[in-house]
Amino acid sequence: MSDVVEKTLTALPSLLSIDSQPGAAKLSSTSKLGSLIRGITELTSKHEEEKLIQQELAAIKDQASSPNTSMRQMKELMVRAIYCEMLGYEASFCYIHAIKLAQQGTALEKRVGYLSVALFLNESHELLLLLVNTVLKDLQSTNLIEVCMALTLVSQLFPKDMIPAILPLVEERLTHPKEIIRRKAVLALYKFYLIAPNQVQHIHNKFRKALCDKDPGVMTASLHIYLQMIKENPDSYKDLTGSFVTILKQVVAGKLPMDYNYHSVPAPWLQIQLLRILSLLGKSDPSTSEIMYEVLDESLRRAEMNHNITYAILYECVKCIYTIHPKAALLEKAAKCIGNFVVSPKINLKYIGLKALTYVVQQDPKLALQHQMTIIECLDHPDLIIKRETLELLFRITNAQNVTVIVEKMLEFLHTGQDDYTTIDLVGKVAEVAEKFASDNKKWFIDTMNTMFSLGGDLMQPDIPNNFLKLLSEGFDGGGGDMKLRHFAVDSYVSLLQEEPGKLPQRFLQVISWVLGEYSHLRDDLEPVTVLRLLAKLLDLKQASSETKSWVLLAMTKLCEGEASTTVLQQISETYCSSMDTALRQRAQELQNLSLHPELRARVLPQDVCKEPLEVDSSLSFLDAFVSDALAAGAAPYKPPHQRQDDLAQEKALSLEPYGLQLPISMSSCSLADRQSPTLPSMSSGLSGDSSDLSLKAGSTTLKLEKVKRVWGKEGYLAQRDPVEEPAKVEAHTVVHSADQVGETSISQSQTPLATVAASQEKQQLASSLFVGLSSQTSVSLMGKSELTPQRFSRKAKGEVTSSEVSKQTSNSVDNLLCNILLDSNVDPEASLPSPRQTSQTSYGSAAAKDIALIDNERPESDMKRPETCLIRDNGLVAADSAETEEPFRTKDMCLASYLPADCIGTTYSEITHLCSSHCVDLSACHVHKEDCLVLVVFISNTSASLVQRLVVQLDSEEVEVSCISESPVEEVKSHHVEVCQYSLTVKRPLVHFVASGLVSFHTATGTPHTTPFSCKLPLTAFIRPLALSTEEYGTMWLAFSHDTKQKLTLIMDIQDPLRATLNVLERKLHLHVVDIIGMEGIIACQLLQDQPCLMHCRVHAGTLSVWLRSPVPDLPDCLLYHCQKALQEHC
Amino acid sequence: MDTWIHNDHCLMSLTAQVCLAQQHCKAGRLTGSEVTSSGRMITFILMVNRQGQTRLCRYYQPLKLSQRTALETDAVRCCLSRGRDQCSFVEYKDFKLVFRQYAALYIVAGVTDDENELSVYELLQNFVEVLDKYFSRVSELDIMFNLDRVHLILDEMVQNGHIVETNRSSVLAPLTALDKMANG
Repeated sequence: MSDVVEKTLTALPSLLSIDSQPGAAKLSSTSKLGSLIRGITELTSKHEEEKLIQQELAAIKDQASSPNTSMRQMKELMVRAIYCEMLGYEASFCYIHAIKLAQQGTALEKRVGYLSVALFLNESHELLLLLVNTVLKDLQSTNLIEVCMALTLVSQLFPKDMIPAILPLVEERLTHPKEIIRRKAVLALYKFYLIAPNQVQHIHNKFRKALCDKDPGVMTASLHIYLQMIKENPDSYKDLTGSFVTILKQVVAGKLPMDYNYHSVPAPWLQIQLLRILSLLGKSDPSTSEIMYEVLDESLRRAEMNHNITYAILYECVKCIYTIHPKAALLEKAAKCIGNFVVSPKINLKYIGLKALTYVVQQDPKLALQHQMTIIECLDHPDLIIKRETLELLFRITNAQNVTVIVEKMLEFLHTGQDDYTTIDLVGKVAEVAEKFASDNKKWFIDTMNTMFSLGGDLMQPDIPNNFLKLLSEGFDGGGGDMKLRHFAVDSYVSLLQEEPGKLPQRFLQVISWVLGEYSHLRDDLEPVTVLRLLAKLLDLKQASSETKSWVLLAMTKLCEGEASTTVLQQISETYCSSMDTALRQRAQELQNLSLHPELRARVLPQDVCKEPLEVDSSLSFLDAFVSDALAAGAAPYKPPHQRQDDLAQEKALSLEPYGLQLPISMSSCSLADRQSPTLPSMSSGLSGDSSDLSLKAGSTTLKLEKVKRVWGKEGYLAQRDPVEEPAKVEAHTVVHSADQVGETSISQSQTPLATVAASQEKQQLASSLFVGLSSQTSVSLMGKSELTPQRFSRKAKGEVTSSEVSKQTSNSVDNLLCNILLDSNVDPEASLPSPRQTSQTSYGSAAAKDIALIDNERPESDMKRPETCLIRDNGLVAADSAETEEPFRTKDMCLASYLPADCIGTTYSEITHLCSSHCVDLSACHVHKEDCLVLVVFISNTSASLVQRLVVQLDSEEVEVSCISESPVEEVKSHHVEVCQYSLTVKRPLVHFVASGLVSFHTATGTPHTTPFSCKLPLTAFIRPLALSTEEYGTMWLAFSHDTKQKLTLIMDIQDPLRATLNVLERKLHLHVVDIIGMEGIIACQLLQDQPCLMHCRVHAGTLSVWLRSPVPDLPDCLLYHCQKALQEHC
Repeated sequence: MDTWIHNDHCLMSLTAQVCLAQQHCKAGRLTGSEVTSSGRMITFILMVNRQGQTRLCRYYQPLKLSQRTALETDAVRCCLSRGRDQCSFVEYKDFKLVFRQYAALYIVAGVTDDENELSVYELLQNFVEVLDKYFSRVSELDIMFNLDRVHLILDEMVQNGHIVETNRSSVLAPLTALDKMANG
């Protein structure tokens, strides 16, 4: 068949002007489209084409807007417009006509109308809304062709918001007698599933019906939906495995009608689809995989025919076999099959074979051994894509023994000059494997990274240089070798700079200057002045970006020592003190001042500080005094960026405030914000927005937070501070190495020599170096994707906080808040606080008992034994670690409330939740809302018949201060007794939720010690108390508070007074105090224990409640707002 | 209308077996977030001749007109630079091009990296075979002068970057019905 096609097509170019062709009835070359095409074909220059198309477009526009144009003509016009757009000329004026054609045309005209809409518009185009009605009409048409067209369009593009309008109609079409309609309806639902999965959640049953449709076409269509759904959640569809296997079996056996065959292979694309589904279902699931083995074997056997499409199926089949739970016999067959692929003379098969092999070696690296000679041949293949795929394969089998050879091959390939995408990809891979095996051969590692930095240029991902610097500063797991690595780096960079630094890319120069600044003092024979001169040369380079210059200046700051260097530095700093670039100017200022004041420099950049975890005051609390001064002087309080946008949206009226100043830093360098770039404030914490005491144990030397100052705020330039004193105030530090490490300066001579492969050497030798280490399973380091992420580099796990984590933690409170919302979305703040009415013991006890009974009824029998688990619900207190209990928890013990201390009775307290159980001790807790404090009451109940001794309960939290208020510590619990510990909790800084964790340890009567951890979680609302204020007091306080947040909340729909209803809900649920309600505005006050007020101003505006919270405590408004939102959502 | 009924011969046994497995579907845990149609897919299909003139283009990912022209130029260059003995798959940016040559006409498909290139390669052949059946021996001229019809056929076969129909008679059914309506 294809021969025929080729023959006719070969004759083509000469036939352009001849109309009498076979099939000429369909050719309309005499039409206007014909003349357009012919005109274009005859053109020689791009310019002429443009002129012609512009004329054409003008003609189309003219005719399309004429009222006399018939639909038939309009169809012609649309095709011409499609043609113009195909050539790259926009014909947007046609879009509306396309919609009109779809509306008014009949049959083919209508279809072309729909087609042009699909070609012209994208999913979010607003004109698409105009089509919704037409689609609705056509879906209900009695003409099947029209229904069919509408469904086709819907499955191509449809506005997401309008899905509900047509969903019932589409669903109805699922039961249409004609299979083509059913098929198209299924495809339309597939589209809906892709763009709005929630909307079709209710019709999953109908998907199953489609899967069982008697028409194979409908069944095939439904597989698209299943593939997608199974990809997202394989566990829910395991029960369908049998069905998919049965379908595949029948397809393979040729039970489908003949016209599903393609080159006598039955429905190949359907087979591929089914194999993909099966591999998803069988992945790490032995029992499901078991069902598939037979049909997979059959597939492998059936596909013996020598045609591309059978190989396409085989490829998918092999992938499936290696994805699911392995079966030895099948693996062997699949491996043999791959063997046939890779040795095939047909290059397309070779390619697909390599691709399959790349996938398979992640599961079984030994397989690469079998094909090593083929792989070597492919490595030298003239076709680049084969070469590239082979490198990909080698990358997957990299281990400590072959890494040098493989990296060399990769770099060789990079040297041949690839496009950007390949370079970025390969450079990333080289860096990855080089770092992974860096500890074994440090000289090689530095050399490799040098080549990589030079080749990768500024294209590479920014995390590569960052990771490299991190590795240098933090060292390897093994320890010891770190110094050597730094020595190598310094040596190699000094010699690089002595050669021709102008050729090196910016990123590399930045890395070099950082390393020299940090570590060049390790080389005793290296004078700081020499290094300084080398660095100074970089500053004079024309191509050095200002970011690079910043790095260089920073490195110089670390190096200014001795007379000679000071003179050099003074010159440099003078030059840059007048630089136009603010970041550079600041660096220069620092450099100047620090080089003039050695004693200050010694404090800021001390040399002999041990690498202790650093305390980073990311909240910049040392600036608080400055901020309060500024506020007192009338400056506007700082607003986090997200709120500024909000304000703009809310106040569309004239803005009388001056516009905020933009940071004078280009966006390109902003992308490095949370990296180590010294050019800009890398921490986005607001000046006063977050003065919380967030102490971070940042062991990373790469984070130069302390030198980063906030230069600009909303108030403008904040330059009144002395630039010298400022860094001195910060707890300054830099990385310097402990004495014992410095002692180790001699370079080890016993390096393993680089395994170099001379070009003349036998391939066999290359093979042995490439595939070394693959034969024994133990020595192989699998580079499977799944294993890559958790531990990429072998380096000391210290500090626990990586740079990204630090930046995450220090980013402003909103992120925290968001994070909390995400984490605790199911935490119900209200449930933790029973209404005041419930305070009497008895009513509480019975309520709890009722709860248990209710839940017990719903629980399956297996859970009946442990009713206490039912108590662990999503309320304020959540037991984190509940260990296995040996004895069932008795219901009577639930009346723990009776053990509440006398002074707690009469106050509000939360539901009692189970914390943990260990052996015979059960821990439960509740929190009691006293007027002036929050008391956490922990009940320790002994469920055994013997005494529990030497009991110690420790409770601690980073977020709240915990102090024990029991008179004497509980030391023992008698059998079937309950003891009570009380803790008073105070908030350190506001959070949405607080977690307190602890340990309970005790000895049983037999003397065996037990220790169990537990934790409990408290919402912020537990610490909130009403604050009684008068309106005047409120007014004065409001003006004094600096931290604020604004938000729109949903208003509770109450016919009489929605504002009052909403505020009442908030008052009741969150213990706020409604100060006053005047008209459409209301004011509320509350306090966070102890004496930390928060004020809230509410206004009804356009059906929503605009709230504005203010407090002197940072984060409190944000956190409280979260609970307000939550409370209102739950109420609705 | 009879042309619609292309084959009522159905898979009774197949259906029966599947029905046995039919149970009430537990409401699957679905992510509320929008599932973009990323992942394995065809990103575009092109028909370009040796002179670099585009004969047909269909994109399954939104792309600006200017970007399209650039991409088409690149794609043609990539394909033209390939010899007969070289692989029909080329790496292009972050995806792959799968192409087939028919005389002076290239059919090119852009696919994501995880797509089965060989199956797409065969899909292109299938597409040409369908065109061949419809135009009874298709030529570049047919494609040029019947741009709309070629699009209609392609739309039946590939939707949103996924292969939805490969059965030749099913693919052609809607179009032949339309032709019949237009003629009679």
